[in-house]
Amino acid sequence: MVSTMTVGERQMALGLCVLVALCGLFMAVAGRNDLMGPQGVVVLLAGILGAIVVLRRLDAPEPGPERLASYYDEPIKFGIVAAMVWAIIGMLVGDWVAWLLAFPRLTFADVPWASFGRLRPIHTTGIIFGFGGNALIATSMHVMQRTSRARLPDQLSPWFVLAGYNLFCVLAVSGYLIGVTQSKEYAEPEWYADIWLVIVWVTYFILYLRTLARRREPHIYVANWYFLAFILVVAMLHIVNNLALPVSLSSAKSYSLFSGVQDAMVQWWYGHNAVAFFLTAGFLGMLYYYLPKRAGRPIYSYRMSIIGFWGITFFYVWVGSHHLHYTALPQWVQTLGMTFSVMLLVPSWIAAANALLTLNGAWHKVRDDATLRFMMVAAVFYGLSTFEGSFLAIQPVNALSHYTDWTIAHVHAGTLGWNAMIIFGAIYYLVPQLWKRPSMYSPRLVEVHFWFAIAGTVIYVFAMWNSGITQGLMWRTYNDSGTLAYSFVDSLLAMHPYYIARAFGGLLFLIGTAVGCYNIWMTTRTAPAARIAPAGQVPDMPSAPVVAGE
Amino acid sequence: MFNSHYQLERYSIGLAVAIIVVASIGGLVEIGPLFTIQQTVEAAPGMRVYTPLELAGRNIYMREGCYACHSQMIRTLSDEVERYGPYSLAVESQYDHPMLWGSKRTGPDLARVGDKYSDQWQVAHLTDPRAVVPESIMPGYAFLERTSLRTDDLPSNLAALKALGVPYSDEMVHNATTDAYGQSAPDSTEAQGVKARYGDATAVRSFDGNAGVVTEMDALVAYLQVLGKLTDVAHAEPQLQGDAQ
Ligand code: HEM
Ligand code: HEM
Repeated sequence: MVSTMTVGERQMALGLCVLVALCGLFMAVAGRNDLMGPQGVVVLLAGILGAIVVLRRLDAPEPGPERLASYYDEPIKFGIVAAMVWAIIGMLVGDWVAWLLAFPRLTFADVPWASFGRLRPIHTTGIIFGFGGNALIATSMHVMQRTSRARLPDQLSPWFVLAGYNLFCVLAVSGYLIGVTQSKEYAEPEWYADIWLVIVWVTYFILYLRTLARRREPHIYVANWYFLAFILVVAMLHIVNNLALPVSLSSAKSYSLFSGVQDAMVQWWYGHNAVAFFLTAGFLGMLYYYLPKRAGRPIYSYRMSIIGFWGITFFYVWVGSHHLHYTALPQWVQTLGMTFSVMLLVPSWIAAANALLTLNGAWHKVRDDATLRFMMVAAVFYGLSTFEGSFLAIQPVNALSHYTDWTIAHVHAGTLGWNAMIIFGAIYYLVPQLWKRPSMYSPRLVEVHFWFAIAGTVIYVFAMWNSGITQGLMWRTYNDSGTLAYSFVDSLLAMHPYYIARAFGGLLFLIGTAVGCYNIWMTTRTAPAARIAPAGQVPDMPSAPVVAGE
Repeated sequence: MFNSHYQLERYSIGLAVAIIVVASIGGLVEIGPLFTIQQTVEAAPGMRVYTPLELAGRNIYMREGCYACHSQMIRTLSDEVERYGPYSLAVESQYDHPMLWGSKRTGPDLARVGDKYSDQWQVAHLTDPRAVVPESIMPGYAFLERTSLRTDDLPSNLAALKALGVPYSDEMVHNATTDAYGQSAPDSTEAQGVKARYGDATAVRSFDGNAGVVTEMDALVAYLQVLGKLTDVAHAEPQLQGDAQ
């Protein structure tokens, strides 16, 4: 990877690594009496590792100018591998904590890092930011080059974005193990990691704009609108929700600027829009490129794309308060949140329908091609989970579902059925193309992965629907005498079989992912396909990108 | 409309600005007024702040991820009020940076757990939950009792909160370390100042049953025992309970 950079870029990369290492050293020394110390060591090691990687190739020959005639795909390969590594970590931890809920005695002997409360955020961060985030960055770099018919503007900033982003994920996850957390859901990393992410993210945005500026297409394709919204709004959410005052520069601890009810609203404005712009907008970007590509059909409707996009961008931001129904949040905000959540179903279903209608005329491909089927199923689950979401946002429904496993069922219908499926579809599309292989090592294993993933998702979601609704009903059931019928422990006992089923479903999903990793690994190791185009040409540069057709 | 969009999508900066504008409206309308409308947070004159020991306990609660399984927000629903007590008011978490309302009840709500159980029960339960509640699925935290509490950084913690508007006095900030010790060692001279600074209702006792050292167990139990007790407005306004549906 380093040898594809120019010599000047390598020197800058080395400088950046040294800078990171120095920051790490400062954190480690200044924070030696604090949890900041070990976090500094992580940063220091990351800087050193980066420097070693660069140094080993520092004097490789300068890449020739012919490179500029083809797309820059090296960082995308890295992003895909990173996504799969995080997928395994995140799902392994997810399944482990699922078993812990069924059999708490499995918790490793009395050590702080092994308890559910510290491991759970490793699951959520590892899987959303590690797996989802790497996949988003990698696919966005792929899509923006293809749809702009332009190469990334330089060879350094894509690496900075990917490496820096993964450093953020590692800092976050290693922090939870030793007890560093802000406790804000999906925004647990502490202030220094947050600042680092801002630096990385701004670089990412500028990289995106610079690539778009070089485009040889007058119009910016729909997928890029979604990726842009993802980058911009996530930046806005991240910065506002993480505003905090560190106890001192040598302390890992900070206190949020917001408190109480205002904090709750800011947190769920962030939290739900993390769902909206991280887990939805970015992923719709993926869907809008890979699904038409794989199906070989243009997007069904340009107008639906526009309505869907602006509807999602406008409505989503209002709905965070549906996480706070019947709480101390003023009623008017709850009502707004509920109303907009229901309206949100319209643009959501427009986007899902646009994707599914694109498949008209290609359904035989869906039947035969597991990769396309992954994408199709993703669109279906997207439709299902947005429907469920709008339903859950209605106050009387939320009265039952909130605080229960029904939320967990909804979450995983979205994340397993929609996010993970579309990522797998995109990755199976990308891997042969990027590694220049004729196809995946084993199309049959793609098929196997698909069925494991489907079975796992269905078992997981049904188990949690059952447990969530049971739980909600038990909590509110009264005796004839007008007292509550069940103690909390009664409801806990009722959950046990469902928790086992969920953990089993999760295991199937994890096995599917492992099969996928093996298949990808073997694909990269088989002999490359014979070059179709002469070296130096752009073999896969389309004469025109997929465009919305009407 | 579709034609003007056809133009807009030729300009990356224009598109970016449009996205920011469209995506900002909802947040501004919903969040802005929460800071300005007076009724958002009820008045609670006599509400006290967390003592340094309780604050340290709260930080342990966050560190261990207790919030992932326990909510601290009783909703205005009759079964919740019946099970957990008067529904939570905004003012009760006005000093909570950040709030810990939670979103999942793998375990029961804790907003009013203060004084519901004895210290001994809390310590035994945290050490080995299944020794007390055989069906429980909560992890054990026996190490808390073996770990002495870090207190040297408490003054800077209080100072940070003070800077954010929590009404800690300079004296409280200054004495944070000794107050943390004093609150868990009732017979010590350090214990005197705690009630003077934080009010007579403050619990000054050895929470983990071992008065010699301040452990993380002391801090966490002190925090749990004060949950729902910083102000009694929620209990004092019985008419509010009538609102519960
Ligand atoms: C192997 C598959 C998986 C298993 C076994 C699994 C298991 C779990 C478990 C046990 C929890 C905690 C639930 C609780 O506290 O009651 C959880 C939470 C969560 N998981 Fe997963 N998970 C899996 C895959 C995923 C994926 C792929 C994603 C995202 C892309 C994801 C996102 C989340 C989120 C966002 C939460 C937090 C939900 C909330 O707080 O409401 N999970 N998962
Ligand atoms: C129209 C779209 C959607 C709406 C209106 C919606 C609504 C909701 C509602 C009402 C909740 C429960 C809040 C609570 O009671 O605590 C929720 C939770 C959640 N939803 Fe959705 N949802 C939508 C789509 C999605 C999608 C597509 C995903 C995933 C890709 C998703 C992921 C989540 C997550 C992770 C949570 C859990 C948050 C937490 O408590 O930690 N949602 N959503």
